[in-house]
Amino acid sequence: MTSHQNRLVPQIRPEFEREVLEAGVIGDISRPLSPWERLAGNTLARRVLILVLLGAAWQGYAVWSQNPLMFPTLSETLATLWTSLVDGNLLERCLTSLRVLLVGYAIGIVAAAVLTMLAVTTRFGNDLLSTLTSMFNPLPAIALLPLALLWFGLGEGSITFVLVHAVLWPMALNTHSGFMGVSETQRMAGQNYGLKGLRYVMLILVPAALPSILTGLKIGWAFAWRTLIAAELVFGVSSGSGGIGWFIYENRNQLEIPSVFAGLLMVIIIGLLVESVIFRTLEINTVRKWGMQR
Amino acid sequence: MGRVLPFSTQDGAARDVDSGVLLDVDDVTLQYKTDDRLVTATYKVDFQVHRGDRFVLLGPSGCGKSSLLKAVAGFIKPVEGAIRLNGEPVRGPGPDRMVVFQEFDQLLPWKTVFQNVLFPLRARGVPAKEAAERARDYIAKVGLDRFRDSYPHTLSGGMKQRVAIARAMATEPEILLMDEPFAALDALTRRRMQEELLQLWDDVRFTMLFVTHSIEEAIIVGNRILVLSPHPGQVKAELNAHAFGHEKSEGFAALENRIHTMLFADQPTAPVKTTRAARP
Ligand SMILES: Nc1ncnc2c1ncn2[C@@H]1O[C@H](COP(=O)(O)OP(=O)(O)O)[C@@H](O)[C@H]1O
Ligand SMILES: [Mg+2]
Repeated sequence: MTSHQNRLVPQIRPEFEREVLEAGVIGDISRPLSPWERLAGNTLARRVLILVLLGAAWQGYAVWSQNPLMFPTLSETLATLWTSLVDGNLLERCLTSLRVLLVGYAIGIVAAAVLTMLAVTTRFGNDLLSTLTSMFNPLPAIALLPLALLWFGLGEGSITFVLVHAVLWPMALNTHSGFMGVSETQRMAGQNYGLKGLRYVMLILVPAALPSILTGLKIGWAFAWRTLIAAELVFGVSSGSGGIGWFIYENRNQLEIPSVFAGLLMVIIIGLLVESVIFRTLEINTVRKWGMQR
Repeated sequence: MGRVLPFSTQDGAARDVDSGVLLDVDDVTLQYKTDDRLVTATYKVDFQVHRGDRFVLLGPSGCGKSSLLKAVAGFIKPVEGAIRLNGEPVRGPGPDRMVVFQEFDQLLPWKTVFQNVLFPLRARGVPAKEAAERARDYIAKVGLDRFRDSYPHTLSGGMKQRVAIARAMATEPEILLMDEPFAALDALTRRRMQEELLQLWDDVRFTMLFVTHSIEEAIIVGNRILVLSPHPGQVKAELNAHAFGHEKSEGFAALENRIHTMLFADQPTAPVKTTRAARP
C-alpha cells in the first residue's frame, strides 16, 4: 500500500482579514430594471411574439400551397373575420355562445363548490365525491347530449346540462385535491384562531387551495368551451339563433371556407383572451403575489 | 414577579385564582392510532405551569414533546388524565393558547405581515382600530416595522418566526405555546431570537410553554425545565434554570451536564460533549 505517501493533505495557507466596502460604493444593490430587461421579462410580450411567428407560418404556408379552398391565407381569414364581425352576425353568434357558456359554467362551479364543501366536512360527502367523480369524469360530456335532448328537449336546457357536466367534475376534483393538500400546520394555525365550519373553510382552506382551484377553473373553462362548440356543431340550430359552432357548420356547408377559418379563429381568440387576460390577471393578483406559485 | 398580561375580555374583574398555577397537566397519556398500530407518545405526564413561567419541555426527539404541546393547544385529546387552563378543562383549539410552530409555513401566504398579525385578532372580534394598533405594536416589538406590508414568502426564516411570535403575542393569550420555534434557524439567528424572546418576556411578562430538544436552549430560555424520558415520554425531573441566561458560567455547565447524564443515563455514555463553543 502506497496510500501513506500520497495521502491527501490540504496545504496550510496564510490567514487574512479585509475591510469591506461601504454599500454605497458598490453601486447597483437594488435598482429598477431597464425597459429592455422589462420587455424580456414580460410574458405578454413573449407570447405576442409567438403568436406573430405562428401567424407568419400560417400565411407563408397558405401562400405557398395556393389552395384557398382548403387553406385560406391568414390575411384573407382576418378580412373575413372583420367583415363577419362588422356586417355579418358573428358577434351576435359569439354572444349567444358565451351566454350559454357562462350559465353552464356558473352552475357547474356552484355545484362543484357544494360537493367539495360536503366532501371536506363529512365522510359521506368525501365518499360521494370520489365515487361520483370516478364515475362521471371520464364520461365525455358530448356523449350525454342525446340523452339531454330527450330530457330537456331541443334548446338551451340540454346544452346547459352537458356544460354543467363538463365543468363540474374536473372542477370538483381539482378543488378537492387542493383542500386535501393544505398543510397540517396551516390547518392547525386556522383552528388555533378559533375558526370553525364555514368560516374555517372560506378563510383558510379556500385561499390555501387557491392554486388548485384556479387550475380547476381553467380546466373547467376549456372543457366547457370545447363541449359547447361541439354541441353546437351538432345541434346548434336548435338554440334560437345558433352560436359560433353553428356559424362554422353553416359556412362549411356553403363551402365558405374563409368564414369557417374565421369562426375557428374567433374560438381561439376568445380562448386566448380568457386565458391570458382573465385567468392571468387572477393569478398575478393572487397565487403569484403570495408566492404560492411561480 | 412583575405584571402578567390580563386576558379576560368579557369580565374585566380579575377572577379569584388562588394559586399561581395557570396550566395544570394532570397525568396525561397521549396515544396515536394508526392503521396497524397504537403508539403511546407520553405516559402519565404531570406538570404545572405558573403565571409568568418560561416553562420548557425538554427531551430527545420522539419523546412526545410536540404531542404534549398539541394536547395543551387542544388539537389532540388525552386518552387518560386532564389538562386544565385556569381550572377549566381544555376542550379544543382556541386563541387563548396561541401556538408558534416550528414550520415556516404557519403564516398564511395570502396575507401580508400586518394582515397575518391582524387576522386572529379580528377573528376573535377585537374592534378594528384596536386590533390594528395592537398588530402594529407587536410587529414593532419584534423589529419588523419595515416589513409590515411584505408577504411571508419574501421573508427569511428568522423573520417568519418573528412574525409568528408577534401574531401569537398580539392576541395576548393566556399562554404562549412554542414548538421548537428556532430549531430550523441557523445558529447565529437562533441565538439572536433567544435573546429577543427573553427581552420580550422581560417587557411584557407573559406565560410560555416552550418545547426544545436542545439542553442549551432549555437552560437559556427557561426558568423551569421539565425533563422527559425517551419514547414514551415520562417525567424524569423538573429543574430550575432561572439563574442562567446566555452567559456561560460554572453553574450553566454543571446543569447542562446534569441534564445530559439524566437523558442519556441508560445508554453507554460517551464523554459529555459541550455544544457551546468557547466564548470570552
Ligand atoms: N400523527 C401521528 N401518528 C402516529 N404517531 C405519531 C404521530 N405524531 C407523533 N407520533 C409518534 O409519537 C411519538 C412522539 O412524537 P412527537 O410528539 O412528535 O415527539 P417530539 O416532538 O418530542 O419529537 C413519536 O414516537 C412519533 O412517532
Ligand atoms: Mg417535535
